[in-house]
Amino acid sequence: MSLLEITDLKVGFDTEDGHVQAVRDISLTLDEGEILALCGESGCGKSVTAMSIPRLLPPATTRLTGSIRLDGRELTTLPEPEMRQVRGKTVSVVFQEPMTSLNPSFTVGYQITEVLRRHERLSRQAANQRAVELLELVGIPAPVRRMKEYPHQLSGGMRQRVMIAIAVACSPRVLIADEPTTALDVTIQAGVLDVFRDLRDRLGTAIILITHDLGVVADIADRAMVMYAGRAVEQAPVAELFARPRHPYTLGLMNALPSAAVNGRLAEIPGMVPSPLSDPDQCAFHDRCRFAQDDCRASRPPLERQGDDHLAACFHPGGQS
Amino acid sequence: MILRIDNLVKHYGPVRAVDGLSLEIGEGEVLGLVGESGSGKSTVGKCVLRLTEPTAGTIELGGRDITHLSRRAMRPLRRDVHMVFQDPFSSLNPRFTIERIVAEPLLRHKVTDRREVAGRVAAMLEKVGLRQEMRKRFPHELSGGQRQRVGLARALILEPKLVVADEPVSALDVSVQASVLNLITDLQRDMGFSCLFITHDLSVVEFLADRIAVMYLGKIVESGPTAEIFAGPRHPYTQALLSAAPVADPARQRERRRIVLGGDVPSPMDPPSGCRFHTRCPLAYDECRTSEPLLNDPRGSGHPAACHLVTADRVPDAAK
Amino acid sequence: MPMAGLVLVVAFVLLALLGPLVTGDPAAQDYLATLAPPSGAHPMGTDDLGRDAFARIAHGAQVSLQAGVLSTLLAMVVGIPIGLVAGFYRRWLDPIVMRLVDVTLAFPFLVFAVGLAAIIGPSLKGVVLALGFSQLPAIIRITRGEVLAVREMDYVAAAIADGAGDGHIIFRYVLPNCASPLIVQATVAIPAAIIGEATLSFLGLGVQPPTPSWGVMLTTAQQYLSDAPWLAIWPGLMIALATLGFNLLGDGLRDVLDPRSHR
Repeated sequence: MSLLEITDLKVGFDTEDGHVQAVRDISLTLDEGEILALCGESGCGKSVTAMSIPRLLPPATTRLTGSIRLDGRELTTLPEPEMRQVRGKTVSVVFQEPMTSLNPSFTVGYQITEVLRRHERLSRQAANQRAVELLELVGIPAPVRRMKEYPHQLSGGMRQRVMIAIAVACSPRVLIADEPTTALDVTIQAGVLDVFRDLRDRLGTAIILITHDLGVVADIADRAMVMYAGRAVEQAPVAELFARPRHPYTLGLMNALPSAAVNGRLAEIPGMVPSPLSDPDQCAFHDRCRFAQDDCRASRPPLERQGDDHLAACFHPGGQS
Repeated sequence: MILRIDNLVKHYGPVRAVDGLSLEIGEGEVLGLVGESGSGKSTVGKCVLRLTEPTAGTIELGGRDITHLSRRAMRPLRRDVHMVFQDPFSSLNPRFTIERIVAEPLLRHKVTDRREVAGRVAAMLEKVGLRQEMRKRFPHELSGGQRQRVGLARALILEPKLVVADEPVSALDVSVQASVLNLITDLQRDMGFSCLFITHDLSVVEFLADRIAVMYLGKIVESGPTAEIFAGPRHPYTQALLSAAPVADPARQRERRRIVLGGDVPSPMDPPSGCRFHTRCPLAYDECRTSEPLLNDPRGSGHPAACHLVTADRVPDAAK
Repeated sequence: MPMAGLVLVVAFVLLALLGPLVTGDPAAQDYLATLAPPSGAHPMGTDDLGRDAFARIAHGAQVSLQAGVLSTLLAMVVGIPIGLVAGFYRRWLDPIVMRLVDVTLAFPFLVFAVGLAAIIGPSLKGVVLALGFSQLPAIIRITRGEVLAVREMDYVAAAIADGAGDGHIIFRYVLPNCASPLIVQATVAIPAAIIGEATLSFLGLGVQPPTPSWGVMLTTAQQYLSDAPWLAIWPGLMIALATLGFNLLGDGLRDVLDPRSHR
């Protein structure tokens, strides 16, 4: 059995413009020690999918159905007090913005030990010692001194490491990282990605990495799910996905990268993402797809096996007719 | 030369954003100015447009020294240079229609005949791939990619000789970025403007720059033709930068030799002595801490680097 | 809710403009009915001199409206240019203006207005001047704050790169993009001035009897609170409703004036 199993997840939001369906029928599994990348462009539903797990979506306006099972325990119906125990202890989150996700009024040490004392009921002294170990684990030099510093005294990369240290303080089973390196410079990004790799290797943490950067996916993920307009369009082990992309959207994303230029031109994906307000029974990508045929407009292609452990939602995978 | 910058210095109080930088851009040439946050790359662009006052040094535009021109004297020269901004949200006046935004440069330069303005705006919008019905819309009604096209139209409507583009595609999704990059390439080829393209993204400059200059803490550490820099980076920082940017190919990415730099970028308020990169450079030795290496090109190949280890017969390798 | 605000404000303005035409002379005394409770002849009752409370409320609305609108207008006309210039040019002017603003803001609005009114002398003109100048520091500060934020926007940089002059940038780029918070501020300033007028008049520093004003009416009502409570209820209720109306309207305007919410 997998560590995490999401089945038929649907998430929508009530907004002033009507009901916005952000996630449509997502199913996925995550094993212990696995790094799964959720990728896609802005608005594809990758963050909403991941944030459904610790239930970090505004409860008043969120409409969620489907099942999220962690270690066999259903999270969607878990009472809030028990959910609070799950959050931070079993499932924890690292956000994109290292500048705003730390509390500026407290020292780094306080913010880490607070989590340890709340969830692990450690004594002050034990928590301090553990906090120093954690800062060491995420590669922060001179951790004892850093404990006494405030967030504004740290660089962006160091802050993101502190965020990761807080997130892994209680040895979570699942770590959700939402664009954790997007705000960082590339020379800093490499080091932060190494921290994630190291955590997985040493603690066996399963990681869900939300990213728009296919380079990051190629670097660190074991498996990737590509999302478009709220649905998974393709899912495969990373080596397989990059070697044999089956869905035209995945292929389009790869060819649109500046490094994939052919004769000084990039392959564009024409058109725009469809509105999340409506959802006709057809392939959501059909009007931007150069392989689209009548059947793509007539019904929605299901997510089907394209080979060993490789799923794609396309009637003409790889461009075949 | 369209643009010649000589020993430019710009200090904001104690922050030494740009600290002695020289570069040249020839006619129709695209120079990619690459650097990470805090390198001072955006400040260079602002100085060229005189959006901020240089502390020292000279900036020549089309052979004319513009460093100390008054705003009034600068005004007619603004026909020749324009800017494309990073943020597609804050770079367009929310109270103007698209038509008005694109017409503004014309109106500021005394093109007031209504027919002519409307005609040129329509032609420009078509060039950047925006449909005519966009003319009456407001910026907030457009997508990020469309807004960036409006920004390009505004920058190009006076047919400037030089365009300063500051991270124009960084805020865009990959698929949108691809179409805007193609558009910039096409427009550059058609109109023949020179371009100072400022970015942190190496793959973007590899795609469209003729030459690259790499900045670190307010100075250029290496410059040269794009293909040469990518094939054989000489400065350890450039080598680290190239090795750190992940490639979208798991087989290749996981086999690459990577140079992981220790520590953080030092504060531009208090740059390190000697070579500014020595605090993070895996190859640094005593001389690097005390004497500052100048850009030198011992092989005379138009590919200078500012590193003591670059000599006529040797190029350092930071991966070792 | 903004609609309710609009309705209240329109009702208030109509009362001020048309009420006096309907109600007749607010100074006319009915000696047979002093301190009379509300009735058919006097829908809101009468005061100690037998004057019709409804007529006085309607005429008082006129005074309130004048005090509210004129003093706010005065503060805007003087304050916005000062804030614009200080925020746009900074240099030496900005610190001087801001220190003066800080000093005046250290006094509570009403205390400042009371002091000014005492110096200028009691009259409607005095009230407008006192309230206008008391509102000034807040207007300057808000304008300057908005200007500082807007002038950092890239579209202002783009305008400079277009070769636009300062006048063009200020009037076409900066001011329009500062306008909505200022208009919202006006809807906060007007009710504050209405309360201010009532307070000054209540204290005898504002509009003088026999001119009807809600504040003056409250002063009178104070003496007859147990015998004729309606005398206090009507002006009090009117002040509350007018204030509420403007505040609700302000909330609504805040949303409507955001260019991002159009269509």
